[in-house]
Amino acid sequence: MAKGDPGGATRSKRAAPRTRRAAATGEPELVQLLTPEGERIETALGPDGTEYRVDFTDEEYRGLYRDLVLVRKLDAEATALQRQGELGLWASLLGQEAAQVGSGRALRAQDMAFPTYREHGVLYCRGIDPIMPLGLFRGVDQGGWDPNEFKFNMYTIVIGAQTLHATGYAMGVAMDGKTGGEDGEAVIAYFGDGATSQGDVNESFVWASVFNAPLVFFCQNNQYAISEPLERQTRVPLYRRAGGFGFPGVRVDGNDVLASYAVTRHALDTARNGQGPSLIEAYTYRMGAHTTSDDPTRYRIASEVEAWQAKDPIARMKAFLLKQQIVNESFFAEIDEQARAESVHLRERVLNMPDPQPVSMFDHVYPHGSAELDEQRARFSQYMESFEGSAH
Amino acid sequence: MATETLTLGKALNTGLRRALENDPKVVIMGEDVGKLGGVFRITDGLQKDFGDQRVIDTPLAESGIIGTAVGLAIRGFRPVCEIQFDGFVYPAYDQIVSQVAKMHYRSQGKVRIPMVIRIPYGGGIGAVEHHSESPEAYFAHTAGLKVVTCANPQDAYVMIQQAIASDDPIVFLEPKRRYWEKGPVDLDAPLADAYPLHSARVARPGTDATVLAYGPMVRTALDAATAAAEDGRELEVVDLRTLSPLDLTAAYESVKRTGRCVVVHEAPGNLGLGSEVAARITEECFYSLESPVLRVTGFDIPYPAARVEEEYLPDLDRVLDAVDRTFGW
Repeated sequence: MAKGDPGGATRSKRAAPRTRRAAATGEPELVQLLTPEGERIETALGPDGTEYRVDFTDEEYRGLYRDLVLVRKLDAEATALQRQGELGLWASLLGQEAAQVGSGRALRAQDMAFPTYREHGVLYCRGIDPIMPLGLFRGVDQGGWDPNEFKFNMYTIVIGAQTLHATGYAMGVAMDGKTGGEDGEAVIAYFGDGATSQGDVNESFVWASVFNAPLVFFCQNNQYAISEPLERQTRVPLYRRAGGFGFPGVRVDGNDVLASYAVTRHALDTARNGQGPSLIEAYTYRMGAHTTSDDPTRYRIASEVEAWQAKDPIARMKAFLLKQQIVNESFFAEIDEQARAESVHLRERVLNMPDPQPVSMFDHVYPHGSAELDEQRARFSQYMESFEGSAH
Repeated sequence: MATETLTLGKALNTGLRRALENDPKVVIMGEDVGKLGGVFRITDGLQKDFGDQRVIDTPLAESGIIGTAVGLAIRGFRPVCEIQFDGFVYPAYDQIVSQVAKMHYRSQGKVRIPMVIRIPYGGGIGAVEHHSESPEAYFAHTAGLKVVTCANPQDAYVMIQQAIASDDPIVFLEPKRRYWEKGPVDLDAPLADAYPLHSARVARPGTDATVLAYGPMVRTALDAATAAAEDGRELEVVDLRTLSPLDLTAAYESVKRTGRCVVVHEAPGNLGLGSEVAARITEECFYSLESPVLRVTGFDIPYPAARVEEEYLPDLDRVLDAVDRTFGW
């Protein structure tokens, strides 16, 4: 996938180059490389003067588009599965695809990510089978992938708790002497706007700062913490909080996959080079409900949702690909077909997910077992066996 | 050289030093653990000898200490966290209960959190509030954690090393009022041959009644046994040592002989460790019991002001009073 570096050689331009500076005052102060209309901005300046740009091949642009569409389709399938009673719950990423694919593709193989429970797009970019989180939401397990194998930690549902884990992990990277140079390691911590009010997130800001941890704080500001709007969490733009902790912050258009990539790649490289943490506020919108248990019509108005619909991350990428003639006629149909096929495959596998054996609930409480639990397990098994042959 | 007389605090310090020497992945982290050597000096001299990458003075936030230690553990380190006082562990409670304890289970065994959380606990030092609490039941109630406590310098030296070498997350409770009590410590005995970490041990054999205690109350129970012996009554004292998992093998064997059992701890009695111990002994030793299992504990109140803590804490007389009551049934 996309391996281009921000600041690399400029590719032949099909559109007039433009430079846009994130405004020092007023809203929205976004780093943006692709407008909602699909216009490319060649270079965007961050609040500290950093120049953000991407240099992708046509194949890489197409790859990003494919990621966005696949991630949205698989997410929609999971929502449908919940509505049909096949999942207990689903936390949809609808609307946040660009922030997740952009940042997810900016990670290098050696980088470690610490997600919340909504980073299905990042999970996809890390090469994890999208069936994995569905086990958690179906209730057959509590997360199944190996965090160290995929460099993607388990989902964390307690809000903000994972930012401290990411910080400690990043401290460990530095203690292992793995920062500095291209092959250095960096860590990314995902969280939302609501989490910025948590003590753990603020403590992780302190820790990362004073230990100069190779860490990127990636806040997807989707405007709502369940029902509570951003105004209930903060009176300053979230990215500016970084300044008080002593590291840089930048607000990126989270519906712009190119800018999300560029800003994240730059922050990761800064971290891996031993120059410490930074905060990215990916300004986006949760188009759906918080989870399938939520009813967003109780707390936000339709016109607001419509306004964000016009900033859709996939539509603008599609407009860009068409304008730049990077794709031919059949491309979109091919991608749609691929997405459809993968979602059908996902559905089939979810429906065939076996329930765990009840006795397995005793497994893995301790790394080396437990005599007490062995005894409880044996008694439970005996009890269950006492029903064998009965109607129950 | 083999055996030295050390305070319990110095024994812990020496054990921590050994752990740092033996495994480069061991890191100590906490508030004031560096130059100061900890407010009780348990980490005295360690940062000087092992550097500030191995002995880390952290920002002053307990959730941050435990939460970053989780990340270090995922990275492959063995963090040993110091919580300065029992009453300050609660800001870290969420990380301990929701993250540290569950990580291995949730990951189906793919992620281990080999972490030690050291907490000086218990009263008896005339401290201000939040410095004398006994929070062991909160942690013993949480599956995925193990909880141990030492009662003498020899155990302190060995158990801290065993806890650090363990792949489990372990809450290691240190009886702070016993930090200055001295005892012989065999510094050369190989750790592999040491008495197992999660095993209780008879601290004094006896025939007439069984007293179960742990941490700071073991000394109290032993003093009670000495006093009882003067009256011709032989108490068997069992040092529980491991609170989760509980090891009551020695206790069952003892109670089946004596028929009488008293459990002692500083923590409030309501839903304390003594309740669980009493229930299990009742189940296991029902036909051997001459009286109900009795508990001698702190009262069900917040830890009181220091000038009345002597009355709050179980002491020799309250233990003997309970023993007397088991004979009056």
